[in-house]
Amino acid sequence: MGWFKRLKYGIQTATKHKKEAPEGLWYKCKKCNETSTNKELKENFLKCPHCGYHTRIGSYDYFDLLFDENKYELLGEEVQSVDHLSFEDLKPYTQRLEEAAKKNKATDSITVAKGTVKGNPIVVAAMDFTFIGGSMGSVMGERISRGIDYCLKNKVPFMIISKSGGARMMESVLSLMQMAKTSAKLSLLSKNSIPYFSFMTDPTTGGVTASFAMQGDINFAEPNALIGFAGPRVIKETIKKDLPEGFQRSEFLLEHGFLDFIVDRSELRDKLGSLLHILKK
Amino acid sequence: MVFLEFEKPLEELHEQLNNIKEVGEKGGLDVTPIVSELEQKIESTRNEIYSNLTGWQRVQLSRHPERPYTLHYIDEICEDFVELHGDRAFKDDKAIVGGLGTIDGQRVMIIGHQKGVNTKLRQYRNFGMPNPEGYRKALRLMKIAEKFDIPVVTFIDTPGAFPGLEAEERGQAEAIARNLIEMAQLETQILCYVIGEGASGGAIGIGLGDRVYMLENTWYSVISPESCSSILWRSWDYKETAAEQLKLTATDVKGLGVIDGIINEPAGGAHADHKEMADILKKQILKDLKELKPIKKDQLLQKRIEKYEKMGVFEDRKN
Repeated sequence: MGWFKRLKYGIQTATKHKKEAPEGLWYKCKKCNETSTNKELKENFLKCPHCGYHTRIGSYDYFDLLFDENKYELLGEEVQSVDHLSFEDLKPYTQRLEEAAKKNKATDSITVAKGTVKGNPIVVAAMDFTFIGGSMGSVMGERISRGIDYCLKNKVPFMIISKSGGARMMESVLSLMQMAKTSAKLSLLSKNSIPYFSFMTDPTTGGVTASFAMQGDINFAEPNALIGFAGPRVIKETIKKDLPEGFQRSEFLLEHGFLDFIVDRSELRDKLGSLLHILKK
Repeated sequence: MVFLEFEKPLEELHEQLNNIKEVGEKGGLDVTPIVSELEQKIESTRNEIYSNLTGWQRVQLSRHPERPYTLHYIDEICEDFVELHGDRAFKDDKAIVGGLGTIDGQRVMIIGHQKGVNTKLRQYRNFGMPNPEGYRKALRLMKIAEKFDIPVVTFIDTPGAFPGLEAEERGQAEAIARNLIEMAQLETQILCYVIGEGASGGAIGIGLGDRVYMLENTWYSVISPESCSSILWRSWDYKETAAEQLKLTATDVKGLGVIDGIINEPAGGAHADHKEMADILKKQILKDLKELKPIKKDQLLQKRIEKYEKMGVFEDRKN
């Protein structure tokens, strides 16, 4: 006979922790498990009203947060993905593209828009992690490239909001070349003294970090975002040790000198507005 | 000699040849006719095997333990060479080597990944996987080259940038990113040659240039077939399929417009004849130097940007 005995049968989870909610109305925080209404969440810059956790949001959410009067115009939407290599793993690449297009408002993993922030014109390219993991393929490279062309022509600052697992494997070496392509284009902004801001959000890894995400005149990030070259799982397998608490998080990168600052989503618009204003000639 | 799995028929023939030679020597017999017959057979078998290589077999060849590495080539190609060490900030990375040299009297800054030739040296070279200081050393050397108007030649051969804890702390991503944006505007000629493995960010970190070539039995991809198999197929067993799907051979990569050309290897691969391989590579480097030298710097940079601007395949719905 055991030492301990269950007193009441049928109860597995304490009510305190059990907070299932119908979708659409309620938000249950991944971090603190507290619930709040979607309205509260939206009013709090899509951060958990209880613990301040920055939920993963999409390109259009950032556009709404940033641009004056929510007004902006999309650039580069004419550029669309094709399955040039006829790539098929467990699913054909074409099927992955179709599924992603169905569940997203965005038409690929990056959406580019022009508008003004606090009266300052800017082009913002933002990623959607829900579109094949925000992966970088030919379309991401070309849309960034066309965004930069607009900036060069009109002498307008450029910003990329990264949220990506890295390169899109289904485009193999072509996706790798987007690192070189975007770097080459960004070097033109630099040459022409047009500011480029890199804003990293959770998560930013792989080829995206190893190219344009780390090439900003000013690099900044949302709190507690995972930012790195190799993913934590790969590193853990390589060194066969547990990773320290907070490893590869924004605060870790700030401490090691790779970020200019960390910005809370509620202050993003103000801070970007200040930078744009100060850098304006 | 080390034989790969698909070279089994060759290995058997070589064994037969050795046996017959031994018998001939011991018994004082004239075995010349049999020997020449076997040698012919070896050659035809080798040609047959090597004319039908799969993607995965090329990957295996690119990792052949007897394949020449950067320092081999430097030894063979340069009449003069001074190795330069360190990133001036943290340490000297042993997985990337570099230095000043001359090829047929022409000044060059050579930078390349370096693998070890035996177990001890493989560890010393971290299996050709650089840390951030490797990329920073490479950039420091490129800046010297730019200052003194010396062309940069890079040799690419890495299974990837090292995915370690300290590498992340010191900014592996930042180091590669900085190289890319600096190389895009470096005011001197940059020639890149994939001599072995061209794995992802670790490769392109020294791989953005005016001319990019691949040796015949090398690969260039965003991910190794093994890792691709593990991520997309959720198993390590699909590396052959992944190698096919990734279109990573020199011929495929050339077809995608990513490289300027393919450099042929001697019969039986680069490892079969280091000297001949180095001669072929040297000729190509000299040809590329000759082509690029007369181009004015601003034109060179403009062409470099245009070359990378064109990379990628997509649908343009406006056109």
